[in-house]
Amino acid sequence: MALKFEVLGRFNRARAAQLTLPHYLCQTPLFMPVGTQGTIKGLTKNQLEEIGCQIILGNTYHLALRPTSELIDELGGLHKFMNWPRALLTDSGGFQMVSLLHLADITEKGVTFQSPVDGKPMLLTPEESIQIQNRIGADIIMALDDVVRTTITGPRIEEAMYRTLRWIDRCIAGIYVSEVWLNVICLGGEDKDSFWRVVAQCTAALPEDKPRYVMGVGYPLDIVVCSALGADMYDCVYPTRTARFGTALVPEGVLKLKHQAMANDIRPIDPMCECMVCKNYTRAYIHCLVTKDAMGSQLLSYHNLYYMMKLSRDLHSSIVEGRFPEFVCKFLQTMFPKGDVPEWVCNAMEVAGIDISSCCREMRFDVDKSSTL
Amino acid sequence: MKFAVKKGWSNGRARSGVLQLGSCPFPIQTPALLLTTRKGLPPFTSPDLLTSSLPSPDSHLLQFSPLHFLEGISPKTISNIGGLHQMLSLHQHIFAAVPRDSIIALPEHDSTNKYGASFQTPGGRLLIKPAEYVELVSSMKPDFWVTLADEVPAWVSNKRNRTSVDRTLRWLDDCLSLNKESTTIFGSIVGGSSIEERHRCAQEVAQRNVSGYWIGGFGLGESMDERAALLTAVTDNLPEDMPRHVSGLGLPEEVLQGVAAGIDLFDSTYVYHLTLGGFALTFPLERNKGENADYQLSDSGGDGMKINLKATVYRKDTSPIVESCICFTCQNHTKAYLNHLFNVHEMLAQTLLEIHNTHHYLGFFCSIRKAIEEGKFEQFRRNFVESRRDRLFAAASSA
Repeated sequence: MALKFEVLGRFNRARAAQLTLPHYLCQTPLFMPVGTQGTIKGLTKNQLEEIGCQIILGNTYHLALRPTSELIDELGGLHKFMNWPRALLTDSGGFQMVSLLHLADITEKGVTFQSPVDGKPMLLTPEESIQIQNRIGADIIMALDDVVRTTITGPRIEEAMYRTLRWIDRCIAGIYVSEVWLNVICLGGEDKDSFWRVVAQCTAALPEDKPRYVMGVGYPLDIVVCSALGADMYDCVYPTRTARFGTALVPEGVLKLKHQAMANDIRPIDPMCECMVCKNYTRAYIHCLVTKDAMGSQLLSYHNLYYMMKLSRDLHSSIVEGRFPEFVCKFLQTMFPKGDVPEWVCNAMEVAGIDISSCCREMRFDVDKSSTL
Repeated sequence: MKFAVKKGWSNGRARSGVLQLGSCPFPIQTPALLLTTRKGLPPFTSPDLLTSSLPSPDSHLLQFSPLHFLEGISPKTISNIGGLHQMLSLHQHIFAAVPRDSIIALPEHDSTNKYGASFQTPGGRLLIKPAEYVELVSSMKPDFWVTLADEVPAWVSNKRNRTSVDRTLRWLDDCLSLNKESTTIFGSIVGGSSIEERHRCAQEVAQRNVSGYWIGGFGLGESMDERAALLTAVTDNLPEDMPRHVSGLGLPEEVLQGVAAGIDLFDSTYVYHLTLGGFALTFPLERNKGENADYQLSDSGGDGMKINLKATVYRKDTSPIVESCICFTCQNHTKAYLNHLFNVHEMLAQTLLEIHNTHHYLGFFCSIRKAIEEGKFEQFRRNFVESRRDRLFAAASSA
């Protein structure tokens, strides 16, 4: 099994790499769309390939429920079932259980919960999570983790950390995984200031030669910041979910196609975007589709995912080609034309060693001030 | 627009023809199917898939209702964009504007009055007058459009039916005189379930300066038996060499009935309704073939024409919907995957199924054309209807 992570370029903490997986040769930083139930909302495998998706995430919890991991295994694994020729990653199932299920609880044995089918008490152990994932057959699988909110304090965090380590050992000790190969940073619900600090601390402490995957991220801005801090992989439902609400991702931020102002706007969603949707359709037409016709969310999902994959490609190539700081500055200038880059981004970029003074009016203002003294 | 009936290739009233319309560089063979759309695009098949995964030029005929656009985008904006072809970026497709679409723009004969036709839409009840209709259509620039009609169901009184013919003729004349640009117009023919009124309307419309005929008022409560005579009452009064388009004849048997009466173009919601329900078309497209595996029909909820992909019997079925089908769905996906997608209510299920069903139904029309050209249409029709009956019988008796 030729699993490889090879760094091709750097800028301070940021890295661009080649990730060799059994089904695909990937380039990081990369964004992974979430195909919860073995599909990405309304898009065919050909469209996903066109858009440039490299790895798709499947949710173990949902797939284990329907159509069940045993059936997937019997039919040759998830790749064959979906007919997805590139890479797949499955999560452990723990997060969904804890967030979706009533009365889910975490003990040393694993996650106890009530079966959503018949209410029987059930237990998902780390070993079993791995067994389920092995049946599904993704390129990358995840160890069960003791999920806690990063905003809580006190002994529960330490308990969670040590328990997760013990669980990882249980996974490795069995014949389940060959090694801990990926480092995962899990977050949820914290404010942006804590968020970047946690990522920064983790990337500083984690080994260089293994990929860092920040789960549940996210917004394009967050991905740029995390990449600057040294993370490599991301997943989030945001691009496809927001498409269903009529929101398109654009370099300036977001475009809400539902708004009345869009009804007469005959420009494309993003004039610079090369995707099928932007090359062929106007905001006015998409406006008349969104929230009323399924086609509206299909077209927006297509565009939003294209945007995220382009962002991934741009991050990779700008680092490899030695122009990462320029890319970051251009990104921030487009998103914050008035120079109002949020403070947390400025702080994070300082730690990442990227000079974004040209993007921040406040910083320029400070510089002016100091020069008059 | 150019339309010609291929001489020497008719079977009774059934005829084989060729249609050439501005936008589409390829001639369209008739009898042909117009695909249902929602605001110009298929309900579930995105435009890139429409052009890449469906046969050309068969899949280039699209029917749309101008009324779909009334909520959400103004005629002026559509004009500014440059019309329908530009707005939908489907420059080689043929758009036919028909107010009624049998799914979300249904004629409301009770509210129709002398000023305009009433339709029930998701946005509420709409009354559209000839002048508004012509304005709407001219901003969209479809390849052809049908004049505003007062369609009534089969059970209305004779008086109401007569009124509907009078109104439809008056609106036809209004549309013709209001039409400033030289566009291709199909005259609308109604008449409900009265042979006399159908005669009268057809004869009147045949005298107008139109490029083709749209036959409405079907699929609104009449039985298949009474329809045959009503159809020929119309087509017998129309010139040979002009295209005839009918709405409301969706099922395969109804299409065959229409072809037998001399109809060239059909818009049908059959594929849409099948797709929504999770049904996949499987009937054999080649004659004398495929009387196989019928004995399993009762398990699958199918009937020899179609299968229900939601049925549990397909949970582990790794075969495509139809083994010999070359559509994207059959070439790439299994019944098991589709079964899963339907069970978890994923949109991809409908996209994949609409592609297959459209492909299959277009194949059916291809078979019809072939049968006409071989001089065997009546036999083809008989075989189709009889084998359907046989399969149903087999399914029922093995249940």
